Amino acid sequence: MTTDVKAAERRLGLWLCAPAAAFMLLVAGWPILYSVILSFKRYDLRFPDDQAWVGFSNYATVLTNEFWWTSFGVTMIITVVSVAFELVLGMALAQVMYRTLVAKGLLRTVVLIPYGIVTVVAAFGWFYAWTPGTGWLAAMLPDGEAPLTEFWPAIGIIILAEVWKTTPFMALLLLAGLAIVPEELHRAAAMDGAGRWQRFVRITLPLMRPAIAVALLFRILDAFRIYDNIYVLTKGSQSTGSVSILTYRNLVSGLNLGIGSTMSVLIFITVAIIAFFFVTVLKTGTPGQGGR
Amino acid sequence: MLNPTRRLWCAALACVTAAGLLGGCGSEASARVVNLYNAPQQNLSKIVERCNRLADGDYKIVLNTLPRDADGQREQMVRRLAAEDTGMDVLGIDITWTAEMASAKWILPWKGEHAAQAKAGVAKAPLKTAMFEDRMYAAPSNTNVQLLWYRSDLMPEPAQTWEQLIGVAKKLKQEDKAHYLEVTGAQYEGLVVWFNSMVAAAGGSILNADGDKVELGEPAVKALKTMRTFARSDAADPSLSNTQEDTARLAVESGSGFAELNWPFVYAAMQASGKDFAKDFRWAPYPGIDGPGNAPLGGSNFAISKYSTNRSEAFDAALCLRDKESQRMSAVLDGLPPTIESVYDAKGMAKAYPMRGEILKALETAVPRPVTPVYQNVSTVTSKYLSPPSSIQPVETERKLREQLVKALNSEGVLP
Repeated sequence: MTTDVKAAERRLGLWLCAPAAAFMLLVAGWPILYSVILSFKRYDLRFPDDQAWVGFSNYATVLTNEFWWTSFGVTMIITVVSVAFELVLGMALAQVMYRTLVAKGLLRTVVLIPYGIVTVVAAFGWFYAWTPGTGWLAAMLPDGEAPLTEFWPAIGIIILAEVWKTTPFMALLLLAGLAIVPEELHRAAAMDGAGRWQRFVRITLPLMRPAIAVALLFRILDAFRIYDNIYVLTKGSQSTGSVSILTYRNLVSGLNLGIGSTMSVLIFITVAIIAFFFVTVLKTGTPGQGGR
Repeated sequence: MLNPTRRLWCAALACVTAAGLLGGCGSEASARVVNLYNAPQQNLSKIVERCNRLADGDYKIVLNTLPRDADGQREQMVRRLAAEDTGMDVLGIDITWTAEMASAKWILPWKGEHAAQAKAGVAKAPLKTAMFEDRMYAAPSNTNVQLLWYRSDLMPEPAQTWEQLIGVAKKLKQEDKAHYLEVTGAQYEGLVVWFNSMVAAAGGSILNADGDKVELGEPAVKALKTMRTFARSDAADPSLSNTQEDTARLAVESGSGFAELNWPFVYAAMQASGKDFAKDFRWAPYPGIDGPGNAPLGGSNFAISKYSTNRSEAFDAALCLRDKESQRMSAVLDGLPPTIESVYDAKGMAKAYPMRGEILKALETAVPRPVTPVYQNVSTVTSKYLSPPSSIQPVETERKLREQLVKALNSEGVLP
């Protein structure tokens, strides 16, 4: 009998979910499907009479194109480096926030300020700061240096802007993870003679694993789709554009729906692969069970 | 076990798709309202008021102002056109967009009486910018040429070639005076404008006259050599690869440049700047490689959207917005050179346009940018390979640029 009730409840639950699921499919599923369809077509708005079904040829064009791979590489560099910095700095900040005894609330608020500022506004701040003539940071460089017009300096500045902006977010996620580490374990370890570092590596880190993995997943997906900082800082010039910038250029500025959609599908696939990796390999999806 | 996983997947999915869900929005068009979409122009509303008075109730022009930068203007218009927005009637378009919008069938051809009126008295160069495949797609509204603007207190006799300019800069540097020649060298349209003129000065062109074949070749290599030599010389501002029109103007106004290659708006700005060297601010023809050069051609035209629901009113309104008096007002109030030649002798022009003779003369040899529906690609690819100008490898750059331009013309190209 209990199983009957359970099954009925389950059915009811599914029915209650159905409208939301259908709505999601409509608003989220259709655009995705439509871009997949577009990616198989020659569809350039400037040549309305020349539309045709071209199979995988758009994929061949994009995947053999140097601009695509440059952007892909740039996106990867920005993602990996900025997330690595954010993880380390975020962990340090989380420790400080967790351990501090005075003005806890104030400290947490202050730390969150960069995250609270609209990305584009913050990016403009950095843009002017690094522009010769208007910038306090540019003024510290030797004369004639315009860092935003050179590849590596520009990438460095983009990463810096990203790290500055999202480290607080990382810290906040990690702080939540820190809170679930039982204090008794620390005390017991201390009794056994474990130092601070040892306790951090042997107790805190393993227990925080799920929280760290979730924080990493969120930030990696976010960083991979970076658009606003680059748009303001360099507009993608000197090859500093991410895949999102490149896609926007081709889709919206270039009016080439076929090529542009192909790029957005490729981004979608990459993001899906990253998410899949985290969910299945690192078992991020099951906090509490903490991996193996 | 499955649920959190699925939730995560959904979250990831939602993140990805949310970015793609930009809503469209329509706008209303009530009868006889003619919506004009134009780049910001300080006194355009006065011209609109005048035309509304003249229309005497036949139509009412409503001015809608587009973003300040050219890319932003184009993007807003093409997005709306792609969505078949009926809320746009008259479009103020940059001369390089005519081919693209005509090819996409977004703007209406001008025929019969309308075309005759739009052509009357218009100089040859700006008239050509309104044509695509031998049909007229816009009414020329204003034109523009770049000139060499210089401080005669630093350079008493204007140089005619790039080599001479570099020489002047070298001398000024030794005397510890302002020695930068400001050029639009940032990675954007301005760099293409510069390159296009340089190729013309070397006797070539980027594309052929029909806009369907890449030319470049020896003249392009020569142009690239000159650009690189300049970029590595004393005349080049260290922030050359970051310089746009306004940065160039400001650099000269602030006293760090002795000359600039720019549109005529810099003259009025310099006079208004209150600098003591403003009285020595002069103009000369655009420099060339072996002799006098060819000025870059700019300007904008009025086109009528295919999705306009008030077509005949829109054509009438556009004609009024660029008739002789409107062009005179644009010139005197906003510094935009007229396309109708007789306007150059009109009232107030001598004071607002002391350089009008030079502009008319430059118009005769001014070089338009390539006419092709894929100009956006041509421009983006070109600015990409030429930036920063100091790192140009003439032969290598020409070859790479050619490869990408060929692809762009076949719409196989990926925009960098």
